[in-house]
Parts: sequence; C-alpha cells; structure tokens
Amino acid sequence: MMSSTRESGAAPYVTLSRVTKSFGASSPALDDVSGIIRGGEITGLIGPDGAGKTTLIRLMTGLLVPDEGSLSVLGFDSRSEAARIHDAIGYMPQRFGLYEDLSVQENLNLYADLRGLPLHERSGVFEELLRFTDLKNFTRRLAGKLSGGMKQKLGLACALLQKPRLLLLDEPGVGVDPISRRELWKMVENLTAEGVGVVWSTAYLDEAEACDRVLLLNQGKLLFSGPPSDLTERMGGRVFKVTGISGRRREFLAKVLDRPGVIDGVIQGDAVRLVMRSDAKGEPLLEGAGVEVAPTQPRFEDAFVDLLGGGPGGTSQLAEAVKALPAQDAAPVIEARGLTKRFGDFTAAQDITFSIPRGQIFGLLGPNGAGKSTTFKMLCGLLKPTAGQGRVAGFDLRRDTAEARNRLGYMAQKFSLYGDLTVGQNLEFFAGVYGLRGKGKSQRIALMNDIFDFGPHAKMSAKDLPLGLKQRLALACAVMHEPEVLFLDEPTSGVDPISRREFWTHINGLVEKGVTVLVTTHFMEEAEYCDRISLIYRGQSIALGSPDELKVRVASAENPDPTMEDAFIALVEQSQAEAVAA
Amino acid sequence: MSNAGQSVSLGAARNRQLRTRRFLALVRKETFQILRDPSSILIAFVLPLILLFLFGYGVSLDATRTRIGLVVESATPVTQDLAASFQGSRYFRVINGHDRREFEEDLIRGRIRGIVVIPANFAGDFASGNAAPIQVLVDGSDPNTANFVQNYAQGVVANWARMRSAEVGSRLPVIKPEQRFWFNPELASRNFLVPGSVAIVMALVGTLLTSLVVAREWERGTMEAMMATPVTAAELLAGKVLPYFVLGLISMTLCVLVAVFLFGVPFRGSLFALYTISAAFLLPALGQGLLISATTKNQFLASQLALMSGFLPAFLLSGFLFEIESMPVVIQWITMIVPARYVIPSLQTVFLAGDIWPLFLRNIAILLVMGTVLFVLAARSTRKRIG
Repeated sequence: MMSSTRESGAAPYVTLSRVTKSFGASSPALDDVSGIIRGGEITGLIGPDGAGKTTLIRLMTGLLVPDEGSLSVLGFDSRSEAARIHDAIGYMPQRFGLYEDLSVQENLNLYADLRGLPLHERSGVFEELLRFTDLKNFTRRLAGKLSGGMKQKLGLACALLQKPRLLLLDEPGVGVDPISRRELWKMVENLTAEGVGVVWSTAYLDEAEACDRVLLLNQGKLLFSGPPSDLTERMGGRVFKVTGISGRRREFLAKVLDRPGVIDGVIQGDAVRLVMRSDAKGEPLLEGAGVEVAPTQPRFEDAFVDLLGGGPGGTSQLAEAVKALPAQDAAPVIEARGLTKRFGDFTAAQDITFSIPRGQIFGLLGPNGAGKSTTFKMLCGLLKPTAGQGRVAGFDLRRDTAEARNRLGYMAQKFSLYGDLTVGQNLEFFAGVYGLRGKGKSQRIALMNDIFDFGPHAKMSAKDLPLGLKQRLALACAVMHEPEVLFLDEPTSGVDPISRREFWTHINGLVEKGVTVLVTTHFMEEAEYCDRISLIYRGQSIALGSPDELKVRVASAENPDPTMEDAFIALVEQSQAEAVAA
Repeated sequence: MSNAGQSVSLGAARNRQLRTRRFLALVRKETFQILRDPSSILIAFVLPLILLFLFGYGVSLDATRTRIGLVVESATPVTQDLAASFQGSRYFRVINGHDRREFEEDLIRGRIRGIVVIPANFAGDFASGNAAPIQVLVDGSDPNTANFVQNYAQGVVANWARMRSAEVGSRLPVIKPEQRFWFNPELASRNFLVPGSVAIVMALVGTLLTSLVVAREWERGTMEAMMATPVTAAELLAGKVLPYFVLGLISMTLCVLVAVFLFGVPFRGSLFALYTISAAFLLPALGQGLLISATTKNQFLASQLALMSGFLPAFLLSGFLFEIESMPVVIQWITMIVPARYVIPSLQTVFLAGDIWPLFLRNIAILLVMGTVLFVLAARSTRKRIG
C-alpha cells in the first residue's frame, strides 16, 4: 500500500492558514491549524474521533466557514468562493450520502445531472466507473440494499463522475470489511497517478502509514504534518519485540511498563512490543529477564504515542482493588455451542462455537455487520438463538437471568451511558442496577472516582465528556460490582491511543486476577491483545486460534511476517475458495 | 465585441441548460422517493382518507336521536298526544316513565341526555289557553347537548301545539319563527366539515410531509453530499416544492372525489376555482414546511413543529371546527396569520354555494402574500452551509 512521496514544486491544492473553528463554548474543534495538501498525493487526515477531522474536511468543502484564519482550495477562498469549489471537488461525507431508496444507476444519474456531466460522455463514464468499482452487476439494486463496502464504492463513483481535481473522503474505511477497504484504497491510489489530490480521513493509524503525507490531529490541534515516514523514522532503534517470555506475558508487560525507560508497550500475540524513551537503550534494561529482545519496525502508532508523551504505566489500580478469583477447575467460563440466529431468510450468525477458560481474553474479530454483535447478544441473553446454546459462568442467560447477570459486566458499543445524567449520577445509577447499596455502594463509587479521576468532571453530563473519558466512565460502570466475566463490545473504537492503552492496562490487570473477557472488535490490532480469537465473516466463524497461530497459518514466502489484517484477508479468501469448491 | 457578446450569451445558455437539468434531476429523484417511500404514501393518501372518513361519518356536529326520558305525570288524551310527538321526533329516542325519579339516576350516569316532564296539570292549562309549561331537565356539564335537548324539546312542543290548534281550529295564535338555512338546507355538518377537511389534508401534505422529507435528508447525510455539488440552494428548494405541490393537489383531488361521490357533498362551484384556491393555499403550506425543516434539520422536531404550527392551527383557529367570531378577540387576531383561515371559507363556498370570485380573490391574494413571505424566509435559512 506504500506509495512513493513526490516532492513537487507545484502550488498546493489546499492551503490551510491558521484555521480555527469552534462550536459552542467548548474547546475549539480546530485550533490554529496550518498545512498544505498537494495534488497527485493521498493526504491522510489522521486522528481519533473528535480530533477535528470532519470539521476540517467540511471547511475545505466550504460548507463550514472558519472562525479565524482562511482556507484556499484549488485557488479559491472557501469563504467567498464556495460555489467555485463545489464545481471542482468530489466529496464523500462520513455518513453514506446517497439515496438508499434510489438504485445504483439512479444515484449515478442524479449526480451526473447535478454535476453537469454532458450527456454524450455519460455512457462511457458510467461504464468506466462501474467497472472500476465492480458494481456493474448491481446497477438496478437499491443503494440501501448494498453491503457496506459496495456503498462506499458507489459513493466514490458518484464523487468521481465529473473527474474532480480534489477528492475529499471522510472516513471511507469505516464500516467496510478489510478486503473492500484495500480495494477502495487501490482505486484512490490510481486516481493520484492522474494528478487528483486525495484527502483520506481515518482513525485507523495503520492507514496513516500508507499515505504520502499526513496531517495528524488530536483534540483539534495539529501534532504533525509531513510524510508519515518522517515521523516513524524518529522512532528508529527505539522499538523492540520481546519474545520467549516465560510465564504470563500480561504480568511481564505490566512490570516492564512501570520502568522509567519504557514509554509504551502492548501485547502482540505471544510477544510484547515495547517502545523505549529516546535516551534509554532496550536490551540492557531487560537483561537477565530471560527473554529475547529484538528491534522491530516502528509503526505510526508508536510515533503518535511518543508525540503524546508516552502511554500510561503498567499498573492498574482497578485491578489491584479487586480480589483475585480462585483459580478453579478447567471448566470453561463462557461457552457457545452452535449458536445460530436467523432474521427471516437472513442468517446473522451461523453455528458459532467456542469456549473460553477462566482468566483469558477471547476476541470476536470481523468487519461491521459480520455477526459479532449478534453472537454477543445471544450469549448475554439479549437475543434468543434460533438454534444452539450459550452458557456464561455456568448459567444459561436466557433462563437464570438476575443472578447470572450480576456476575457479568457489560460495556456496549458507543458506551451506553445516560447522556443527560452527570458522571456521578451515572455511577450511582449503575451501582444501583447491579444491586450495590449502603456503605458498599458509596465505597465502590468513591473507589471508581479515585481510580479514574472523575473528580474534575463529576458534574458534567456524560454526553459532553470527551470520548476517552466516556470510555473510562463506561468501564467504571461495567466493573463496579466486581464481575467475574466482562463483555466488551467495540470498547475502544475511535478513541485516542493513550486512552486505549489505559483501557487495556485495566483489562489486562483484571484478567490477571482471573476475570474472563469476551471482546468484539473490527480493529485488527486490538485482536492481538487477545489470547484467542475467532474471525467472523458474513455470519460465520471462518477461523479460530491464537493470533500467532492464525498469522502463521497464512505466512508465505512473499509475506513471512503477515499482519493481522493480512491474516484476516487471506483466511476470508481461503474460506470463500472452500465454499466455491464445496 | 460581438464575438465576446456571443460567447457570453452562449455561456449563459449553457448555464441555463445545466440549471434546468439539475432541477429536473432533483424533481425526478424526489418523485422516485415519494413513490417508493411508504410513509409519504401514508401521509399523502391514507391519512387524508382516514381524516375524511372521520369527518364524513364519525364526527357530526348534529346530534340525531338523543336518548331522553319522558315523564308523563298524568295520562290524558292531550298529554298522550304530546308524548307521541316526542316519540315520533327524529331527534329523540324516548324512554317512557311516570315519575322523574325513575330517570334521575340515568341522567347522572349519562345513560340519557335529558328528562322531559309533562306535568299533571298540563292538559288543564293547555285546554284553558294558559301558558302550558313543560319541564326539561338536562345535564349542564355538557352544555352542547343540554342546549340541543332543550331547544329541540321546545321545538317539538311548539310544533305539536301548532298542529293541534290547526286540527281543532283553535283560537291559539299560531306565531312561529320560521328558520330557513340557505346552501345547506339539511344543515348536515358533513357538508361543511368535509370541504374544510380538504384544507386540513393539504396542510398535512404541504407542511408535515415536506418538513419531514427535508429534515430526513439532513439526518441521513444526503443533504451534505448534495450541498458539495454545484447545485444551488434555490434549485434545492424548487426541486422539493414542485413534487410536493403536485402531490398536494393529487391528494386534494382524491379527497374531493370521495367527498362528492361517496359522501354526496354538493359541488356547486367550478373546478377551476377549486384548483386555483388549493394551489394558492399550498404555497404558504409548503413554505412553512420548508422553513421548519431548514431550521430544525431533525425529523422529530420538524414533525412536532409542523403539527403545532401547521396542523393544529388549521384545525382549531381556522373556523373549521369553531366559529372565529365567537373566539376571544386576542385569539381572533392570531387567526389572521393562519393560512387555513383563508382557504376554508373559500372551499366551503366552492362546494356549497358556487364561484364567488370577490371572496376568492381576496383570500387568494392574502395566501399569495403569506406564501411569498414564508418562501423568502425559507430561502434565507437554506444556505449551502452546515453549521
């Protein structure tokens, strides 16, 4: 996916000059951002949710105007010449901006008319775009009935009808399976060869590495602008992979993270990945630990964490406050046997089987809409399986509800907090729901306030919290009653890497105390924090094993060290080939 | 010079052509959406029919066959004759008794709406030519029905007295006020409710449906994608207005057909007048819908606002159900800005009286002014901006 950086002397397509934009009284969505975007390149707009990516793209379209500073887009001022900009750009908003009740062809026709594509050019352009996006066989299908990936491709096709000079894509990779995501990327890359300037915004840091140039945003501030390699090169010689860890790798990570020379570390399959401070050396630090330490390729994420001043320490106060659960028999804590769910003639989950022993993290990995949440809800007793059985901590959650639910904690996608309640009220409410009362309740709430440092925000409404804090609050609400099983549904999607590190430090600590965790994620890197994962694709579990096993399974001569995403794509292709053969 | 002039006019012609094409594309898209979206069919056709049936069959401001208790305290030929008049009345369903106490409980419980007492001395008083009073007991907590029972009971007695004196060639003076209602001789409330509800239906399509569809575009993000194309705000507005204008006229036509052919409401005016009045009313209705959706951008809020500012005033403050003249003065002023107030009398006139152009033209002029104001406001708030 890497493409070369072209240094061109030509005038930039977009020039941002000290752009500031605020909404309401809260801190600005964009704070004094300057930078350029060139033609013939893919410029990544990188940052967690709430960093200001969408605001910046909307400013470039002229649909928003800056409070201060100015934007020049293709030579036009975004304030006074928005109409000229609209004539020359293609824009794909974050939400699917096409008409779901119109067919593929009708959407294309509409946008061809709106963009003034001459009639005699149409058949040729349609033909080419439909081939390009591989939608040729679906022209009569309603756009609402397309898969996530096909929708994005159609959106792209509509944005490309009158070949734009500047293409603005707001999070095109969200809700799209990894295969479609790569296809989309290739299409866009081809456009840059024709001189089109592309802006691709994303919260996935692995996408940043493939861009020619990035603008890295965090909380409205520009942290870095330039080729991503400039940033990762700064990390050269500071990133190490530690293998051969005897004993528990999470415990090892926790200890190592507390050393002053280590600024960041994550579990990566059976290994641990560490980032050292610029003045520290790797190997001497870990001498005598009986492990192998090898330098490894720095990633964009390492550099981002470094820019933010490093990740948190390895000790989880939350885990320390929890009693260790007795290491019981080997009976699985969570068990799914042939779980199947059909909605009409659509099979959302088919024959999902796995079991999770105590003190392990199990991940359901797959793109949006693959059936992860359905499986999850069946196990929690929120959905009745069409066939099969699920057991959690020895209970069938469809029957033994109250008692069983008190033994599990649930943190849902998008953090199901009450937005209009304050932080304190949310804690009170969830403590009450889980049956805590009296002294025990106030002690636990005080503990949560202490661990997560909610003090300064106690009076804020949950909906006004920054994303990272929302996630902390959701975690606090889910673990207040000391559950022995934790269900985490997309727990860190879109949050900044520091918040994600903090989150996993707590989870790792709890797991060390014997808590069992089931996590769903579409985030490939996060899968590496798990002990075992099941790859879910189109309602089926296509592979099950430890992250390292799955990666080894697809390793080949040309790709000896595949990433989790490589593994996912290869395994999906394998299962499709098998389905065709069968 | 001439060359430059030519290219400018060519450019202008090309621009016009592009503008027309964009406008037609928007109209086509909107039409597809209307035809495929069950909720717009529901609001434009099913809801109007339900409303119409409600006003045609369900709601009637005429009370027919009200249950009353009739107490004849002493049975004489005269009182029996009067009792028979009550029983024969098409306004009452009579339950007979000899003592009012038999009916008191029924009246309190609402099983009957009133008690008519023909007193023991009625026959004597009547024969002697004195005023012969009857007593009517009604439930004052329901003044409408109470009035009705009282008036009709008096009517029955007066009628009876007149017939009686004619039969016996009596010397009793036969002075009776004779009422005649023009245009709606049967005074069937259906005949003025149904034309009025046609206006309500147009308010529904024009304001509620329009505000919903525009707000939906904001919610789904389609508006954002479209705003980043060369389309102008005016084209966007016009592209919405035309389809819903036509839809409003179609559902109005449907309602008129049902009114005339199913409910037998007379139609004495011309179709031209009907469509002119309706078209004039759709302008402020659509303008209001567009203004609401451009400012709220949220379906839930838009529907609440459309109901509160469009539908309810059309119902309550337009003279549709309640006489404007009998409202408090302040409320009467408020009704001046309710567009439905100007269309309902016109529609009722077209149906029941015929083409009375002086009335129509005045109302149409007011509606056009209102429509223009609302459209200007809507166009101002529909900018090609998001924030």
